[in-house]
Amino acid sequence: MSTTTLPPSEKTQPVSAPDAKTSDRAKSERKLGWLLAGPALVVMLMVTAYPIAQAVYDSLFDFRLTDPDNRSFTGLSNYGVILSDWLWWRSLLVTGFITLVTVAVELVLGFALAMVMAKALSTIRPVLRAAILIPYAVITVVSAFAWQFAFDIQTGFVNSWFGWVPGISAETDWFGDTWTSLLVICLAEIWKTTPFISLLLLAGLAQVPEVLQEAAKVDGASWWQRMRKVTLPNMKAAIMVALLFRTLDAFRVFDSIFIMTGGANATESVSFLAYRQTISRLEIGLGSAVSVLLFLAVVFIAMSFIKGFKVDLSQTRGDA
Amino acid sequence: MSGKEKAWWGVAGVAIVLYALFPIAWIVSLSFKAPSALNNGNFLPGSPTTENYSLILTGGASDLFLPALRNSFGICLIATAISCLLAMFAAYAIARLDFPGKKFILGTALAVAIFPVISIVTPLFNLWRNIGLYDTWPGLIIPYLSLTLPISIWTMSAFFREIPWEMEQAAQVDGATTWQAFRKVIVPLAAPGVFTTAIIAFFIAWNDFVYGISLTSTEAARPVPAALGLFSGASQFEDPTGAIAAAAVIVTIPVVVLVLLFQRRIVAGLTNGAVKG
Repeated sequence: MSTTTLPPSEKTQPVSAPDAKTSDRAKSERKLGWLLAGPALVVMLMVTAYPIAQAVYDSLFDFRLTDPDNRSFTGLSNYGVILSDWLWWRSLLVTGFITLVTVAVELVLGFALAMVMAKALSTIRPVLRAAILIPYAVITVVSAFAWQFAFDIQTGFVNSWFGWVPGISAETDWFGDTWTSLLVICLAEIWKTTPFISLLLLAGLAQVPEVLQEAAKVDGASWWQRMRKVTLPNMKAAIMVALLFRTLDAFRVFDSIFIMTGGANATESVSFLAYRQTISRLEIGLGSAVSVLLFLAVVFIAMSFIKGFKVDLSQTRGDA
Repeated sequence: MSGKEKAWWGVAGVAIVLYALFPIAWIVSLSFKAPSALNNGNFLPGSPTTENYSLILTGGASDLFLPALRNSFGICLIATAISCLLAMFAAYAIARLDFPGKKFILGTALAVAIFPVISIVTPLFNLWRNIGLYDTWPGLIIPYLSLTLPISIWTMSAFFREIPWEMEQAAQVDGATTWQAFRKVIVPLAAPGVFTTAIIAFFIAWNDFVYGISLTSTEAARPVPAALGLFSGASQFEDPTGAIAAAAVIVTIPVVVLVLLFQRRIVAGLTNGAVKG
């Protein structure tokens, strides 16, 4: 029983110490460790590594679900089709735009919210914390509907409320144009996910040593100087983790776009393109290739973050 | 802090509350609008009506909404239970035992957490159709584990690391058996962490849209977010806005209740797992 639940990777673990030196106790501890942690690892690999391998395999075929008999091996031609199609590049651009805008705004806004929460009187802090958790807990689909209905030309209140702003009138159709649609999508995303960033930043703020702040204050440093020289450097780890996770999350944007525009007006994201190829058009081969490309893009972003910003995730995430 | 400064932070606090609750207030208001009032451009419903709620709970749209609600609850609870159980064992091993491969497990959890969901959906869609898991509960529970398991492992190992494990030995010295020491000392200490993790995992499963919309096709397994996304009202000719708003309010109630009850723990869980570890 015990051997069957052990994941295969256990065998590839380098044996660090010679067996003779390893005590029985350490040996049994090691065995128990794998016995307990193994099932979780196996499940994680099964639900992700296996499907992605399958996607890589499927992406090499010309394969329509409606026409399964005509499945034929076409090598990398699916990738050629996608990479030479402007739809792919457009969805990549849209995704990049949404990611950049939302993450930048969320970082600034999230930091401001974290500062207020850190300074707030202890009596109202629980209220703030509860309020800020609500957008995090509300499902993305509900948030997308709320924002869509608010800006909608029929049901919305935005046009009548902001009629005094130049360019906005009762006839402003926010979902009739690429840029205004993207703006509303970004607003919904920002509202929904800023709480996550600000909670991480609040935890980071709490780790800035109070002594350093006081010392800088005594030395006559201004608020801005203290922020730049004391607060921010000490929060680097928290900021990096928040930035990395939000960037990867934003890059997978799907729900809001599905609800608000359904990909119309050139608002299709990469995830949406993959969804449309597979689920709507049943082009398993092409859809798989888009999925693989999306996966590679996410890996690329993660790698460049970790290399570029020298984020040591094992340290920031406290892997002791 | 001077009085002026205090007032300033107070105003900022009110702004935060407004920011967080405004879209919710709007969807609640919308859910109480009569069809004739939907397009009047006002924020408040004027003369509130519960028409929309009766439409989705007992009326023409209830056979779309109620099965979805049942699916969501069932699937999310089962996925949460499985991932918490697996994560509990893994986190115990990570926090407590010394074995090679610990970093590998945490690293895998991290990699799975950043995985683009849609990349998994494409192959699963095809596979599930072939083996009969398409549009079934297990067909969603299994992929939900890819969402809930990584964060459960991270959050729980963060909690478990803070447990003073020496207390267990102390209890044993005092004459308790290993099992007694574990049950009477460690389990009560670990319970809050497990519970918090369960709430966060449940939120994440409850929020899923991509799996729900891609791997189901009927009321047999379609969860609420997907049902909402495809909702077209009681009839094709009716504007579903009010019904969607009412359904949105209903699915938001459980998460808001959880947030209000356990906010302190949820914040601790989210930030522990991510920043402190």
